[in-house]
Amino acid sequence: MSNAARTNWLRELIRKPFFWGVIAIFALLALNVLKDPNYLAITVNPVNGNLVGNVIDILRASAPILMIAVGMSLVIATGGIDLSVGSVMAVSGAVAMVFMKDAGQSGSVGVALGAIGLALLVSALLGAINGVLVAYIGLQPFISTLIMMLAGRGIAKVITEGQNTSATNDPFRWIANGFVIGLPVVFLLAIAIVIVVGLVVRRSALGLMIEAIGINPKASRMAGIKPSGLLLTVYILSAVLAGVAGIMSVGTVMTVDVSRTGYQMELDAILAVVIGGTSLAGGKFSIGGAVVGALLIATLDKTIVFLGISSSATPAFKAIVIVVLCLLQSDRVRSWFVQRRKPPQLRPESLPAKPKQEVAA
Amino acid sequence: MTIVQNPQIDAPDQESTASKLVTRVKRVVASNPSVLPTVAAIVIFIGMVIYGELAYGRIVQYNTLSNLLINNAHLIILAVAMTFVILTGGIDLSVGSVIALSSVAGVMLANAGWNPWIVILLMVLIGTLFGLASGILIQYFNVQPFIATLAMMFLGRGLASLLSTQPERLAEESPIRWLGEQFKIIDGPKVNDVVITPGVIIALLVVFGAFFVLHRTRTGRTVYAIGGSESSSALMGLAVPRTKVLVYVISGTLSGIAAVVYTSRLGIAQNITGIGWELDAIAATVIGGTLLTGGYGYVLGSVVGALVLGLMNVLITRDGGIPPEMTTIITGGILLIFVLLQRAVTSKRHT
Repeated sequence: MSNAARTNWLRELIRKPFFWGVIAIFALLALNVLKDPNYLAITVNPVNGNLVGNVIDILRASAPILMIAVGMSLVIATGGIDLSVGSVMAVSGAVAMVFMKDAGQSGSVGVALGAIGLALLVSALLGAINGVLVAYIGLQPFISTLIMMLAGRGIAKVITEGQNTSATNDPFRWIANGFVIGLPVVFLLAIAIVIVVGLVVRRSALGLMIEAIGINPKASRMAGIKPSGLLLTVYILSAVLAGVAGIMSVGTVMTVDVSRTGYQMELDAILAVVIGGTSLAGGKFSIGGAVVGALLIATLDKTIVFLGISSSATPAFKAIVIVVLCLLQSDRVRSWFVQRRKPPQLRPESLPAKPKQEVAA
Repeated sequence: MTIVQNPQIDAPDQESTASKLVTRVKRVVASNPSVLPTVAAIVIFIGMVIYGELAYGRIVQYNTLSNLLINNAHLIILAVAMTFVILTGGIDLSVGSVIALSSVAGVMLANAGWNPWIVILLMVLIGTLFGLASGILIQYFNVQPFIATLAMMFLGRGLASLLSTQPERLAEESPIRWLGEQFKIIDGPKVNDVVITPGVIIALLVVFGAFFVLHRTRTGRTVYAIGGSESSSALMGLAVPRTKVLVYVISGTLSGIAAVVYTSRLGIAQNITGIGWELDAIAATVIGGTLLTGGYGYVLGSVVGALVLGLMNVLITRDGGIPPEMTTIITGGILLIFVLLQRAVTSKRHT
């Protein structure tokens, strides 16, 4: 009996959509350990008591991806997509950098807060434009966010006058490079935001409503959900989270490079969502899955650098993974797997389990 | 077209013909509101030409207009490609990165001493292959068009970066450059010549071919029918699956041809070539009057749309006061206005 319970528990775990993502993270880490047995070692910096190690680096690198992945998973759940996250990152970084450069005062907390506030405000505005176009005017999401993706980079260039802009501000820098209780601030911040967003959407009816819009907008309206306001909120939230990601990624080097900051981050965001087991067709989301996806991407990026593979190969590899995962989500491929699984099901002792497994498949 | 129409509108002694033309256009628009965006595009193009001539001068002359064609030959081809896809209600976001991959691969192969004909063929085939992959994903695996072509976009860009991240220069003596060579047709005073490149001829052939296929063949009617209603056309017994894959193959192949035309003119290929060209191609198609939801559209309108975008670039350069970074913002804005216009027109028709 206990044995059966254990296998059930295991089956539950395997059935979790992001199970394979977790396995992939461990596989990548194991690969790194093969190359360098001390890869996972975490040491304490004797001077300031901070934790130092490759794993900490991975956590730090995962912070911006976490932000955009969570935003993207909510947008995809409504049946839409947000292609503008990378450009919003660039705009947000550009706004923050130009503001701090003009303000000077490298030690001022007020300037840092002002830069962050302004950057998030501009991001929210861009998100609101996306949201209004999608929710109230009824444009296809990928068209309005595609326009924003390309125009956004233009906006970032106009803000910085086409130059890479640097600024010095210690409190702002601390967000990206600082440590609290030995852990990087960015990661703690990202996790805190993810938990807040997760609690808000999962402990209230919001998450269900978002999924309802993705499953059938007309039916959800008839059930008393107002899709327009909710869609607008989701696009604004996605843009604000992208703005936070932009602040995190420019904060590490305190420079915004308008053509590189957030470049192709849409790829990472979509990849993280698909790895998390969310269907790109909408109607479902999993914050936990997005977190696993983001961690996997950060691990993958670091592993590729660590193993000395040219990092120019990663986008192509990621694109192939997206294609494969899209294929695995399609009904046609699933039906192939179901057919292959059928022969063992025909054995008499496993017959009662048959309908359950079909539901799972 | 503009050269023919301009004197008709401007000249006072031909007022009767002009007013006749206006009433005729009015009648066409009234009977079929979906041509309104196309008419708007033509009017905008003529308006831009007149404004440019008055504000900056030297627009209505042989070399400016032939340069407009030469510099936008690739965009015209892309707009034609996008028209096919959008007519079925789909989208192809991969055109820009297919061009990047195809041109980087082509230049590297040509510089490695491959036969130029084989190189050109391969460049086109790379596009075909990407289109085929998108089409199969969309038709047989039910992936949404924008997701499938978005994945192809990332894949193309990634493979191009894998090949090279440096600008690859086509050797000066390479025969492929011949496609971008300029030939004088009419030798005007000073540099005011009518010039043409083989690339422009290819673009025009593509346009005529597309016009023929869309309006004179069964495949073309099927393309329109799918955009109108996919399930109805399937019930009517039209070859829906084959045609849907075919439009993406056409789009990919034309992207490959656009890569050949563009590379031969510029002589340089880079992995960041063609960023944002999806938007230009979509904008050209939409400005030209093709409905984003599919079913209505004109391939010749898309050509006008591409020329509007090209002329806009010329005017921005001539003006000098607008920073070049604004170009994508303006393109996006124009696209947005036209999409809104389309929605207004279609909602009027439905009520």
